[in-house]
Amino acid sequence: MDTQNADARPVISARASSASASGTRKTLPMPVRYAINAVLVLIFLVVGELMIDGGVITRYQSTVLEQVGIYIILAVSLNIATGYLGQLPLGHAGFMSVGGYGCAIFLTRMMPVLGLTARDFVTGSPVCVFLLIGGLLVGGVCAAICGIIIGIPALRLKGDYLAIITLAFSEIIRVVMLNIDAVVGFKLTGGAAGLTGIPGYTNFLNVFITVVVVCFLIHTMMKSRHGRAILAIRDNEIAAEASGVNTTYYKTLAFVVSAFFAGVAGGLYAGCIGVMQPAVFGFMKSIEILVMVVLGGMGSMLGSVISATFLTILPEALRAFSEYRMIVYAVVLILVMIFRPQGLLGSYDFSLSRIIERVMNRDFPWKKKQTVRAEEVSADA
Amino acid sequence: MTILTQVLNGLQLGSIYALVALGYTMVYGIILLLNFAHGDIIMVGAYVSWLVMAQLGLSPVIAIVLSIGACTLLGVLIDKVAYAPLRNAPRLSILITAIGVSYFLENGAQLVFGADAKVVPSFTDLSATGVGILTIVVTAVCTVVLTLLVQKSKIGKAMRAVSEDMGAARLMGINVNHTISFTFAVGSALAGVGAVLYTMAYTQATPTMGMMLGTKAFVAAVLGGIGSIPGAVVGGLLVGFAEVLVTAIGLSTWKDAVVFLLLIIVLIVKPTGIFGRSMSEKV
Repeated sequence: MDTQNADARPVISARASSASASGTRKTLPMPVRYAINAVLVLIFLVVGELMIDGGVITRYQSTVLEQVGIYIILAVSLNIATGYLGQLPLGHAGFMSVGGYGCAIFLTRMMPVLGLTARDFVTGSPVCVFLLIGGLLVGGVCAAICGIIIGIPALRLKGDYLAIITLAFSEIIRVVMLNIDAVVGFKLTGGAAGLTGIPGYTNFLNVFITVVVVCFLIHTMMKSRHGRAILAIRDNEIAAEASGVNTTYYKTLAFVVSAFFAGVAGGLYAGCIGVMQPAVFGFMKSIEILVMVVLGGMGSMLGSVISATFLTILPEALRAFSEYRMIVYAVVLILVMIFRPQGLLGSYDFSLSRIIERVMNRDFPWKKKQTVRAEEVSADA
Repeated sequence: MTILTQVLNGLQLGSIYALVALGYTMVYGIILLLNFAHGDIIMVGAYVSWLVMAQLGLSPVIAIVLSIGACTLLGVLIDKVAYAPLRNAPRLSILITAIGVSYFLENGAQLVFGADAKVVPSFTDLSATGVGILTIVVTAVCTVVLTLLVQKSKIGKAMRAVSEDMGAARLMGINVNHTISFTFAVGSALAGVGAVLYTMAYTQATPTMGMMLGTKAFVAAVLGGIGSIPGAVVGGLLVGFAEVLVTAIGLSTWKDAVVFLLLIIVLIVKPTGIFGRSMSEKV
């Protein structure tokens, strides 16, 4: 999953132009690039599965791994709205809860209809696989619908107002989840006690596959003209609009896609934890996800992946110091903002294919510096 | 009688929101920062009251003075440590820093004082009605004093100048950093007053009390039109009344949703708030 290479277009184009001066540049064809990434994903998946089957990774550790995956999806999806679109929505946990409830309610209602029990999800019959995919999509679509409802009015506002209106919406979602049972008159979300009896359908395999699919989809979207339109809005909204980008449409699109994937992550979360409680999806959850994105670097998918992994595993590893965890979070957030506002990785993204291309062209960073220096010398002369 | 009590409750709650909203409005007016930590300053003020009265057994007067003093100092300190280095950074960075500060104060309080609620002893022998009337009077006095300060005094003039155009104000010989610190001090002092009035009425201090109080007060500030002093007061009263009304008709679990819905409706209909001035964007 680390092999998704998002934007470094200025860098590539600059190097391409310098290479074209000294002859043709060797590049990898796209099918080869995809093949490299697919092989890497497969290796990671097989190693992970073997380690779990072989008992190298305990049950507890694999649950942590599942959460890592869920938070990666959340961070990468929030990154669309924060890093690529340049807005600050503070209601990601709201979308997550909508998706989680949507998926969990759909699955628990469909199971008796199809005659399935919770055990079938563990053994993994084909019907369950389709049902699970359906459930995650239902969760995602529920969240996306909320995203449209929230996004259209919210995206008329800018900056702080947008932050506060999304926060307001996510609080409303939380209150609705808490009280909806009394309104509809039957047990839907379970109120404050929570929705229980969710089958444990989340495992390493399906979390991993979802992470890969989500990263791939977001990566390809950001490489397409839609992605470029979104980046243009981030860089200068007025200039983008003047260049013919439909800013309202693309802002809403980015927001809705972000909400959709948050909903999918929520669906996986429901299956991982087994209980859905409205109190979990408060403001703090949104902040937690935001910290992951900001820390990793806004606009860097690899940054989001690394910081989501790190920030999920770290508290588990430091259980003894869990009281200090939140304070450390806060201090790190402030320090990063003061000393490195663009995040740890900035907008850098890792790409194995790019490195291979560099090796093929013998185009190494240190070599490039020498040629630049040589050019400077000749210019001085 | 019940209607009168509800009106008093609404005014009292609204006054507390208004006091806190004034702090938001002033800080936002001058550096365009949504100070997320403002609500948590109130929480610190409430804990100081508890420390002084319940732990040290000192008189309520000392508690009030120390609470307001601690809030003022904390506000200025937060500005100097966290916001001042980012004066020229993108708005998003400062906003995230503010969230970080809020997070820090909340979890710091939880670490030091524990997650359970602390009962703050009563400040006065007044009845609930008396406390209500006192709250309203104090808020009214604070609003009048603040308005005079901003409109008539020299530092108020400097504050208005900095909020109008920071660069031009600096060229006119105004000490911008000093003015911003003063704004934080005034806003945080108001938060301290709010903390005392809040603990008088609700007698509890919890690490997360600032979060909801701050968010609601921010809603009030935005409702009234952020940057406007009368707007903050009107917004605060509006939010207070809305909450009391919703609770009175027996839907208390929905009151947060109603307040936020109110915010959303106002923002959609009039994005600058009730008293807000619309600013055209410079290209």
